[in-house]
Amino acid sequence: MCGASSGARNRGTQVAAEGHSSIDALSQFKLEPALGAIGHSVNFTQANLMMVVSSVLVLALLWIGMSPRAMVPGRLQAAAEMCYETVMSMCTDQIGHEGKKFFPLVFCLFFFILFGNFLGVFPYFFTFTSHIAVTLAMSLFVFIVVTFVAIERHGLHFFSYFVPKGVPAVLLPLLVPIEILSYLSRIISLSVRLFANMMAGHVMLEVFAAFIIMMGTAGGLLYVGSAISLSVNVILIGFELLVATLQAYVFAILTCIYLHDAVHLH
Amino acid sequence: MNTESNGPDGSFNSRLQAARIKQGLETPPKPTGKIPGGAGASAWGIGLRLGVEMVSALVVAIAIGYGLDRYFGTRPVLLLVFLPLGIAAGISNVWRQFGREE
Repeated sequence: MCGASSGARNRGTQVAAEGHSSIDALSQFKLEPALGAIGHSVNFTQANLMMVVSSVLVLALLWIGMSPRAMVPGRLQAAAEMCYETVMSMCTDQIGHEGKKFFPLVFCLFFFILFGNFLGVFPYFFTFTSHIAVTLAMSLFVFIVVTFVAIERHGLHFFSYFVPKGVPAVLLPLLVPIEILSYLSRIISLSVRLFANMMAGHVMLEVFAAFIIMMGTAGGLLYVGSAISLSVNVILIGFELLVATLQAYVFAILTCIYLHDAVHLH
Repeated sequence: MNTESNGPDGSFNSRLQAARIKQGLETPPKPTGKIPGGAGASAWGIGLRLGVEMVSALVVAIAIGYGLDRYFGTRPVLLLVFLPLGIAAGISNVWRQFGREE
């Protein structure tokens, strides 16, 4: 959800009462029921709505894009094929031959996050990846899948993953807990990276959008500052697009790297 | 695969190895844990990644230490045990990603 528009919508009366004296950067992340009375009764928030929209868009891209099944693809089919091939090469390059088994998982994660991030850039839309609850759920899921794959492949041998090679036995009681903590910290680092990037970007958008209004209403020389804030916001939108792609890519590639560790162990 | 450093014959060998990996005849080399793609390698991005790596290990260590302390009623002994371990794990996380830079 973008900038001043959301602030003005959510707290219109309050902002007017305060005389534009405060920057309200966080109310854009507030969850509100969507879809009227039905959504209200089942607590279907706008975050859920955006998740559904994101999934439907991914499905639509693949479904409509691949429906012609032409030898020489049209634009949409080329896009759908490119999506497929990008993730496929990501899987095989990082995980190896077995990576093809994990293609559906990585594909879903990558495009769900990517479309969620992109949708968040539109004004009045909600960025569901800016909630730690969402990203933590996804990274927990990845962590559990990775651990199960490792145990299924290697059995109890999996626990040798926590024993670094070429280390004197005296140091092992110290190093094994460190390795386990490092392994567990993947959950936090994977989720916080995505969440922090999306949230920081949207807070910045909101802050500069508030500057536009505050300086614009103050008048005089501050019109210049207002114009500068507006141009900064334009640049930030472009930057947000970069961050959206990059963070989805990072999430997917790290999932692949973790799966490589699980499949090959060391 | 370092195509450049292998000399004139290296490109064939590395392409052969890539093809063998793709067919599942060889296991791919262990990823370095570094995130590929230079696009995110701005100072801001590196700083954020570094901070996240360090803090996440610390958060896990503190959570485990505090939780076990609550369970056994030994506050603050286990927290003090896990805190240095968490710091060490954080540093080893960062080292794995940013150390050994050529």
